[in-house]
Amino acid sequence: MSAPSQDVATRNGVFVRALVYVLLILFAVYYLLPLYVMVVNSLKPLDEIRQGNMLALPQQWTIAPWLSAWSTAQIGVSPTGLKPYFLNSVLMVVPAVAISTVLGALNGYVLTKWRFKGDNIVFGMMLLACFIPFQIVLIPSARILGLLGLAGTVPGLVLIHAIYGLGFTTLFFRNYYEAFPTELVKAAQIDGASFFQIFRRILLPSSGPIIVVTVIWQFTNIWNDFLFGSSFSSVDSIPITVALNNLVNSSTGVKEYNVHFAGAILAALPTLIVYIVSGRYFVRGLMAGAVKG
Amino acid sequence: MSFLEIDNLEKSFGTTRILKGVTLGIEEGGFLVLVGPSGCGKSTLLNTIAGLEQITSGEIRIAGKRVNELHPSKRDIAMVFQSYALYPNMTVGENIGFGMEIRGVPKPERDKAIADVAQLLQISHLLDRKPSQLSGGQRQRVAMGRALVRKPQVFLFDEPLSNLDAKLRIDMRTEIKRLHQRMKTTIVYVTHDQIEAMTLATKIAVLKDGVLQQFGTPAEIYNNPVNMFVADFMGSPAMNLVPATIGQSGSEATVELTRAGSTPVSLALNGASNALSAYRGKEVVFGIRPEALTDPDGADRNAKHLVTTDCHIEVVEPAGSDTFAVTNLGGKGVVARLRADAHIKPGATAPLTFNLTKAVFFDPATQERIA
Ligand SMILES: Nc1ncnc2c1ncn2[C@@H]1O[C@H](COP(=O)(O)OP(=O)(O)OP(=O)(O)O)[C@@H](O)[C@H]1O
Ligand SMILES: [Mg+2]
Repeated sequence: MSAPSQDVATRNGVFVRALVYVLLILFAVYYLLPLYVMVVNSLKPLDEIRQGNMLALPQQWTIAPWLSAWSTAQIGVSPTGLKPYFLNSVLMVVPAVAISTVLGALNGYVLTKWRFKGDNIVFGMMLLACFIPFQIVLIPSARILGLLGLAGTVPGLVLIHAIYGLGFTTLFFRNYYEAFPTELVKAAQIDGASFFQIFRRILLPSSGPIIVVTVIWQFTNIWNDFLFGSSFSSVDSIPITVALNNLVNSSTGVKEYNVHFAGAILAALPTLIVYIVSGRYFVRGLMAGAVKG
Repeated sequence: MSFLEIDNLEKSFGTTRILKGVTLGIEEGGFLVLVGPSGCGKSTLLNTIAGLEQITSGEIRIAGKRVNELHPSKRDIAMVFQSYALYPNMTVGENIGFGMEIRGVPKPERDKAIADVAQLLQISHLLDRKPSQLSGGQRQRVAMGRALVRKPQVFLFDEPLSNLDAKLRIDMRTEIKRLHQRMKTTIVYVTHDQIEAMTLATKIAVLKDGVLQQFGTPAEIYNNPVNMFVADFMGSPAMNLVPATIGQSGSEATVELTRAGSTPVSLALNGASNALSAYRGKEVVFGIRPEALTDPDGADRNAKHLVTTDCHIEVVEPAGSDTFAVTNLGGKGVVARLRADAHIKPGATAPLTFNLTKAVFFDPATQERIA
């Protein structure tokens, strides 16, 4: 009796599996299609695009649109390409990610291992930064940046991003350290380690997965930000997202779609690379928190 | 004066009182075991000694010096945690040497100390491994090594053996005892295993709900429990605690125990203490350990006061070295411990000898010891 029914089960299993794969492949195609269109069209001369077939491969391959998007295209009033704005974004993202990650880790450490009266209230208030609609804070932030003399500068953007990233980084690290055995901290205290020694020697070496998660999260969010970038930047601190918008809107005369496509890919490239390089750890880090806790 | 003194210690978390006026002390080189059921505050007490928890009031002194305000690393103590708390990112050697590294001990000196301790604990071959690559017993040794290398004035152990399997636990217990005899360092040891307490301790403190119930040598705790909680908690199988009445036969006080479907047993208490005479005609709780209730041949011949009476045997449990028999007295199953080869059958009646010199009496209302 059991043998045939097992057979049926196996056959069903194969069928279900095939179905799952077909669906997954369909979804993958669906998601990859826009990227394909962008890449393909960024490598065509403009008249090939005008001829109409967006999905066709280039008849004549060219990297001219990429070079133009990078260094000569008209952005707003000046023909600089995206290069200076890309640099602005890098100068903004790297310190903002570093500051918010380090402070988030310290917050998580204090909130779980050096509990104090009202620590949960403090944590709850920090979480607000995750959920607050940023439009609400635009005007007060502009005022404060003005008072600090940071209005329209890259450090000003760094400050804003670091502050509003803190909610999420604190949340990540707090939840991760919550599952970290407190006895290790006690043992280190008996061994005579100081507050920062415990953090650096005991907690940080075990924080790899959550650091990766936090860095990817922060990097992606800050790099892709448009609202703060367009609100708080001036001519020489414009981040790449805003510059891309200017590129698309400011071309006089013909719309150079191939340059726009190339520019969009350039703007997206860093987040793509960060995700491809460390995405594996990202998933693993999220899992680690989930399973251990 | 004791070496480690705990004076009227109170500890509250918020408004919950966890430790309620604990006072005890242990002499230098002593082995103090804190026992009690789960949640009674043993770990909390140990953590306050270590300085990992601030105390609410009272005083802790080590070698006559008040340490209430001292940081854990300044109290000259070392602690072994229940979960071992080995630093996962460091090798065994680095784990053992971490404290010295923090204190700035030069590397050659550190390495020597690590090597010595590793040899003592037979973990020299493990020094380069990470804790995740060790078995439970090996982790236990490393945790002890990390404590030993400090050469502290007081060792604190929080249930160090509870994560080991039964056999390893007994081996490590012996090893801890041997280490203590060799190093003669004062130890405070938390366990809820009363056998561990009996075998290791020079002094035992029994805690319940944050209140110190009794503090004394293992023999005192075992033979002279101050209340029913201590009597019941220490010893395995537990002491029989039987409802009884104090009666009188002639001028002699007796203890009357009811029996299911039979006349009550009346045991003469010749020369019983005056304390019991106040309870004549009243209910008491009669406490007798299984080994004080045996077959007549197995009874202690030196005991001053033996009484033999026939009992109905309900269950017989051979346990290899002994045979346990259960009879019904005062409405409760009472365990007697007989010789392994005692001839006894369930359902039959057999003579049992009560060693009344070892019997204890409690007040059923207050649960306190009467005699
Ligand atoms: N940080 C804390 N905040 C509030 N209550 C606590 C805290 N730590 C411990 N307690 C409470 O104090 C009581 C004693 O805890 P403790 O850990 O000392 O028990 P224990 O005797 O060691 O028990 P076990 O044998 O289970 O380890 C428990 O009721 C516990 O809930
Ligand atoms: Mg405990």
